[in-house]
Amino acid sequence: MNNFQYVRAEGLDGAARFVAGHVGAKFIGGGTNLVDLMKYNVEKPSSLVDLNRLSMRDVSELPDGGLRIGALVTNSDVAYHPTVSTRYPLLSRAILAGASAQLRNKATTGGNLLQRTRCVYFYDTATPCNKREPGTGCPAKEGINRTLAILGTSVSCIATHPSDMCVALGALGAVVQVTGPGGSRSIPFEQFHRLPGDHPEIDTTLAADEIITSVDLPRTGFAGHSAYIKVRDRQSYAFALVSVAAGLEVADGVIAKAGVALGGVAHKPWRNPQLEQELLVGRPANRDTYHEFQRALLAGAQGFGENDFKLKLAPVTVVRALEQAAHEGEQA
Amino acid sequence: MTTGQQALEETVDLAVPTHMTVSGRSHTLRVEPWTSLLDLLREGLQLTGSKKGCDHGQCGACTVLVNGVRVNSCLCLAVMHDGDAITTIEGLGSEGNLSTMQQSFVDHDGYQCGYCTPGQICSAVGMLNEGHARTEADIREQLSGNVCRCGAYPNIVAAVKHVMGMGQTEGGR
Ligand SMILES: Cc1cc2nc3c(=O)[nH]c(=O)nc-3n(C[C@H](O)[C@H](O)[C@H](O)COP(=O)(O)OP(=O)(O)OC[C@H]3O[C@@H](n4cnc5c(N)ncnc54)[C@H](O)[C@@H]3O)c2cc1C
Ligand code: SF4
Ligand code: FES
Ligand code: FES
Repeated sequence: MNNFQYVRAEGLDGAARFVAGHVGAKFIGGGTNLVDLMKYNVEKPSSLVDLNRLSMRDVSELPDGGLRIGALVTNSDVAYHPTVSTRYPLLSRAILAGASAQLRNKATTGGNLLQRTRCVYFYDTATPCNKREPGTGCPAKEGINRTLAILGTSVSCIATHPSDMCVALGALGAVVQVTGPGGSRSIPFEQFHRLPGDHPEIDTTLAADEIITSVDLPRTGFAGHSAYIKVRDRQSYAFALVSVAAGLEVADGVIAKAGVALGGVAHKPWRNPQLEQELLVGRPANRDTYHEFQRALLAGAQGFGENDFKLKLAPVTVVRALEQAAHEGEQA
Repeated sequence: MTTGQQALEETVDLAVPTHMTVSGRSHTLRVEPWTSLLDLLREGLQLTGSKKGCDHGQCGACTVLVNGVRVNSCLCLAVMHDGDAITTIEGLGSEGNLSTMQQSFVDHDGYQCGYCTPGQICSAVGMLNEGHARTEADIREQLSGNVCRCGAYPNIVAAVKHVMGMGQTEGGR
């Protein structure tokens, strides 16, 4: 790990201005991703600005009926929060499917959104990697890619975003609140993470000097019909190969509202609200509907060898998650 | 704890005043920001009960309680724990005066080589503080952050079940 200066942030403005004014400065939340990457010399910040003394640790009701989760609320505290587990069970399930209890106790909401890929080349400074060092190449395409993307890839990068929580936030249609030297703004979840394109070194649309202050959930959260299915190499404490967060509102056997996102298949949680409107809403909640939707959602998927199995795994996981969501609560 | 930028270190003192309580003892220290809580405990304070397995959050051997909450001390920067109360395995009990969880691990042979054990015990105590485990499946899931390469899992689960008043498991099932 390189030497660096440590600063305890006392206010949002000061923290953002410090990072804006110091090349290589970074924020730190729980540190479970950043400290790990620093030990591998993948991240080498000149200074760390510790956000933990800022007041972003509350879960609070919003005037519009939604729920605001402060950026410093730990993953455990979100998952077990009574309002979250009753009104947004999809989010609780996704968080509890990730990492370990120790890590969830330390990891923050803001940090979870900004965790970086687990691509082995990204972690290994002895190998080229466009995401770590732009322009050096992407050995994963012809190499170790079992865990990597099948959708939205580019010539320069096929990495996946590893978060479970973000897959649920995608399906729920969350909004990320951020603030920085240029002011505050709200970023719809689908616009927060980006596809790699020609700039795989950039994971999100957040600027380096912007702080995530909260993640806001909409008024309704598929409390009656939701499912999070995570397929992985071992039953616990492993990243997703493919995961699906599915939420439905069903009335008289017909889908009234839907939110479906996939993890482990792309550089961001994979969701298409337009297809949900066209192929799920207003249709009968049955397998034929789910298959037609799945075919459209996953159109153009492409494997790179080791990860070809995801081309078969992703479709069946989408269908299974939708079936499980639709039938939730039916038999005790 | 590599020192990459020797020059920087020589000209600027980057150490930060940090106050913490470790297993009931208060410490006022000057800590270099790149020191992990695990290294501070083991090397700075000579509390070698907490173990370093992977140093990357993957094994749980370094598990300690921070204000009663279990975390991986290898991924904590010590300077970020100014004002916190840390409890390590040394703080849970001592020879001849073991805590209930420690005694139960002894009684159920909840270890073989013992390397993962301090982390397992701190994690189990943290799990009970959290209060979300009801069944044996819950225990297994909520202790999955502690890896045991000797495979003592059945006896670890038995030891924890005993403390939770869930009765004995036969034959270490
Ligand atoms: C062994 C292991 C297994 C894991 N398994 C899983 C898994 O199965 N599923 C899963 O989803 N995750 C898993 N994780 C990842 C874990 O969820 C993340 O490390 C964690 O969520 C990151 O949160 P943090 O607060 O610790 O982030 P940090 O490490 O503090 O920060 C991460 C990044 O976010 C930035 N940042 C933090 N907070 C803010 C903010 N408020 N505003 C702006 N920038 C900010 C930091 O600058 C940094 O770049 C695993 C991690 C480990 C080590
Ligand atoms: S897939 Fe992306 S992160 Fe992995 S080696 Fe290629 S460029 Fe790097
Ligand atoms: S040493 Fe900390 S988790 Fe392995
Ligand atoms: S007892 Fe040997 S690693 Fe667990």
